[in-house]
Amino acid sequence: MNRFSYVRPDAVAAAVRERASDPGARFIAGGTNLLDLMKYDVEAPSRLIDITRLPLRDIQEIDGGLRIGALVPNSDLAYDPRIEERYPLLASAILAGASPQLRNMATTGGNLLQRTRCVYFYDTATPCNKRTPGSGCSAIGGINRQHAILGASEHCIATNPSDMGVALAALRANVRVAGPDGERTIPFSEFHRLPGDEPQRDNNLAADELILSVDLPAEHFAANYTYLKLRERLSYAFALVSVAAALRLEDGKIAEARLALGGVAHKPWRDEEAEELLRGQPAERASFEQAALRILSGARGFGENDFKIELARRAIVRALEQAAAGTPQSQSDKRVQ
Amino acid sequence: MVQTSTAPLPSSARPYVGTGQRRIDGVSKVTGQARYAAEFPADGLLYGHVVSGGALASGEILRIDTRAAEAVAGVVRVYTHENRPRQPWFDSTYQDQVAPPGIPFRPLKDAKIVYSGQPVALVVAQSLEVAAYAASLLEITYREEPFRTDLAAEQSNAYVPPEKRAGIEPPPPDRGDVDRALAEAPVKVEASYFVAAEHHNPMETHASTVVWNDGKLTVYDKIQGVVASKEYLNEVFGLSPDDVHVISPFVGGAFGVGLRPQYQLFLATMAALDLRRSVRVTLTRDQMFTLTYRPHTIQHLALGAERDGRLTAIRHEAVAATSTFEDYQEVVVNWSGLGYRCPNVAFDYKLAKLHTYTPSDMRAPGAATGVYGLECAMDELAHAAGIDPLELRLKNYAEEDANTGKPFTSKQLRECYRQGAERFGWSRRSPRPRSMRDGRELIGWGLATGFWEASMQQTSARAVLSADGGLELATATADIGTGTYTILAQIAADAMGVPIEQVDVKIGDSSLPASPLEGGSWTAASAGSAVQKACFGLREQLFHHARAMEGSPLANEVLERIIFTGGRMEVANDPSRSVVVADVMAALGLEKLAAEETAKPDQDAQENYSGYTHSAIFVEVRVDEELNVVRVTRIVDAVAAGRILNLKTARSQILGGVVFGIGMALEEQSELDHRFGRFMNHNIAEYHIPVNADVRDIDVIFVEEHDDKVSPIGVKGLGEIGIVGTAAAIANAIFHATGKRVRDLPITPDKLLRDDVDGVSSGMARAG
Repeated sequence: MNRFSYVRPDAVAAAVRERASDPGARFIAGGTNLLDLMKYDVEAPSRLIDITRLPLRDIQEIDGGLRIGALVPNSDLAYDPRIEERYPLLASAILAGASPQLRNMATTGGNLLQRTRCVYFYDTATPCNKRTPGSGCSAIGGINRQHAILGASEHCIATNPSDMGVALAALRANVRVAGPDGERTIPFSEFHRLPGDEPQRDNNLAADELILSVDLPAEHFAANYTYLKLRERLSYAFALVSVAAALRLEDGKIAEARLALGGVAHKPWRDEEAEELLRGQPAERASFEQAALRILSGARGFGENDFKIELARRAIVRALEQAAAGTPQSQSDKRVQ
Repeated sequence: MVQTSTAPLPSSARPYVGTGQRRIDGVSKVTGQARYAAEFPADGLLYGHVVSGGALASGEILRIDTRAAEAVAGVVRVYTHENRPRQPWFDSTYQDQVAPPGIPFRPLKDAKIVYSGQPVALVVAQSLEVAAYAASLLEITYREEPFRTDLAAEQSNAYVPPEKRAGIEPPPPDRGDVDRALAEAPVKVEASYFVAAEHHNPMETHASTVVWNDGKLTVYDKIQGVVASKEYLNEVFGLSPDDVHVISPFVGGAFGVGLRPQYQLFLATMAALDLRRSVRVTLTRDQMFTLTYRPHTIQHLALGAERDGRLTAIRHEAVAATSTFEDYQEVVVNWSGLGYRCPNVAFDYKLAKLHTYTPSDMRAPGAATGVYGLECAMDELAHAAGIDPLELRLKNYAEEDANTGKPFTSKQLRECYRQGAERFGWSRRSPRPRSMRDGRELIGWGLATGFWEASMQQTSARAVLSADGGLELATATADIGTGTYTILAQIAADAMGVPIEQVDVKIGDSSLPASPLEGGSWTAASAGSAVQKACFGLREQLFHHARAMEGSPLANEVLERIIFTGGRMEVANDPSRSVVVADVMAALGLEKLAAEETAKPDQDAQENYSGYTHSAIFVEVRVDEELNVVRVTRIVDAVAAGRILNLKTARSQILGGVVFGIGMALEEQSELDHRFGRFMNHNIAEYHIPVNADVRDIDVIFVEEHDDKVSPIGVKGLGEIGIVGTAAAIANAIFHATGKRVRDLPITPDKLLRDDVDGVSSGMARAG
């Protein structure tokens, strides 16, 4: 771990100023990922801007939806009565991730910024384009059971590890950010990036921008939803494939569908065409199969992770079945319904 | 209800042995007072951070630039192969107690790279943080040479190790005519099985605190036996025995990785002697993957049987990984010769050299691997013959060890099968695969047999009785979390008839009476026998003193009729005749009374009998038919291991072993990238071991077993038997649930899914 300076501003504007004044600075809140990255010498910030004193800890009502402050801890968010009642998909996805201890520390904004778990990214002795642009992608032709099947590039096949983000993608959340020139709002689906030829950039946040909140729209799918996560052990492992599914049903037909995948791409993967395909269809297996095939039509494996294409297909169908039946996956009982 | 042999040890009226006792060191552990190797303070302590080598497994260091690191304030010295202090010339000097044949790895010996991640420098600084930061500033240039880390590719170069590893029985001679028996067998199966490389991953990472005091060293080391570290340091650094004192009172798990002194001990000691300062070196979790590992092993088994299931032939072949510089060996294939009665058996055990560090013992070394292969093959045979897997095993029950022709010291395996099956409800099993389900989940029941060696090693112990009634035990042995402290106290409390609270146990110190490494499941039998013998020595002294006292109520008695209880010596069946022990001490004016004894295994029993523990393990899995999510929902493990000293810690040993087996079956694998010759998932987020959600009901049965040959106290040991067979039972249960044979551990979701897609069971060959 390198030497760094440390500041703890009290106001958003001051925090943004600190960041803008030092390209090597990083914001830190829960630190559940950044501290690891510093110990591994993957990140070597010159300055840590501790934002935990900023007034971003509230969950507020907005336009029928909710505004979640960037510093709301994952645990508080998952167990907030308004979230549990109106956005159980989000609560479920959060509880599918990490451990209680990590969720107590991890924040809403930090969750959006966590970095990939690719083993090569974490090992500075190996080439990695995300860590050292231009050095090459070791996961291609290497250990890649965890890696992307959608939207990858020849430069990077890493995945975004977040569970919470998959639910936020399905719920069509917005990310409100502050920069030197004021605030702006980024639709969640445009927040994270695909690797392309700049895999070092995980998202579209400018270097001097700070996440203020994640805003949830009014539609919340509390009746028909699920978060199904498949992994190599029953808890405390990153997803091989996860599916956030949400349906609004009218007379047995799908009036509105939301579908997002985790563990398969450089970003939480949402396919509007697949969602559109489901609209108006009967809520039954044949429809779900169609949607799954649509989402996975461009999927490509890299060897060890070839199986994910079939696993994702099955998981999507199962998740839609769970959502349609109103029997969401329990995150405490690991039995798949 | 746990059943066990509860007959008290001789003469104890109020037995602790055979009951469930809390750990006597439990409070000190949960309150943080128990100190581990990296926690002992020292004046002026310096901190060493190991610099691990790059992503290549063979080659040499061309240049190592330490200037930036040395310029960091607080850095005291950066050691590399270029400036390290002089080392002994002969490689043999570096051989520790359990070094396999070959040349031990010598840290910083020269510029050569022999495995990926090997230590290439040590940065010593005033603080851990400065050392770690400075370590990140080293610039190292390598020249890479070709290296090989792919076991499957190296199979063709496998060889029979020319020099055998001490203490490891090579495969016995083949018997009968296996080729012919297989050719004639009406039922046969043939398949290959793969066990992945695994790292031990104890909670406590390796650490050594070397306290320098005017040339003398007090060394706090993470080690499974202080004597091993002491001997190593004496040899390597040419120190006289008096100048090295090794202390290791607590070990935060080891599972075998603490059997050989690891490189942090060498580096910390080198720096301490050179700088004439105290130095601590602690490894990071990542660096724990640059130490030794359970070797990945390819096995090939062929079984032949009559139609009624009687075995006629077993061929068991294995190729296991070793390093380029040492021939690590374990007992993998021998189990097939003693597990079941079979007239024709052939063995083959080979090694393949890989550019990795040398593998070493990991919980039930060899057996965890070999018995997995044998017990899966037995399940395949049962299926092929249309016989219940339990019935098949009973039909081929071995009444003697056919590898040696010797009878077993004891073998209550039949009773393990009976009690385990009854508790599990095995008779309700529907034989056909895929025939049991609950909604979308397929249910499978599988079983396996477990075998492990039962032995004891020569061990010395001292017992000191104080006038105030306190009893202090001392032996150099280790407690690696197994409960050694507690069982020694129980044995002594019973022997002396004192409350367990009065017993103080001192272990993990090279100045105490000699003890072997803590391993092989032999510590309870060995240290326990030594402690009991020392206590018996005390009893003899006390009795002689008591009998000689004027007007002694014991005047005409013999020791055999005396019971030590409640701080008194009383005549059996006549408690009115008794002497208070404290009175004897007072009358003689004794502050302390001491006895030191050495317990040895019975030579006659060693030569004429074969000692093994046994188990029968029954497993229920539930597998989502479509998604292949596997849940291990129920396990019953029935164990026959002689006398059970402490029902609580004994059960914990079995639980721990079984959980290890769940990890082996479903999760654990150290993944090598052959381009870098490097284990890549080198942290415990990506190297998966079971978490609470993976572990459900585990029911442990201790079957009553009387054994008077393995050790004087009737103990056979429990540290390893819990893992043996567990992975096979789980794999067999998955087959029963799904009809899929995955012969490639761990059974991760991708392998079960591949089977769906390809319609071919994964693994290296199909059942014939």
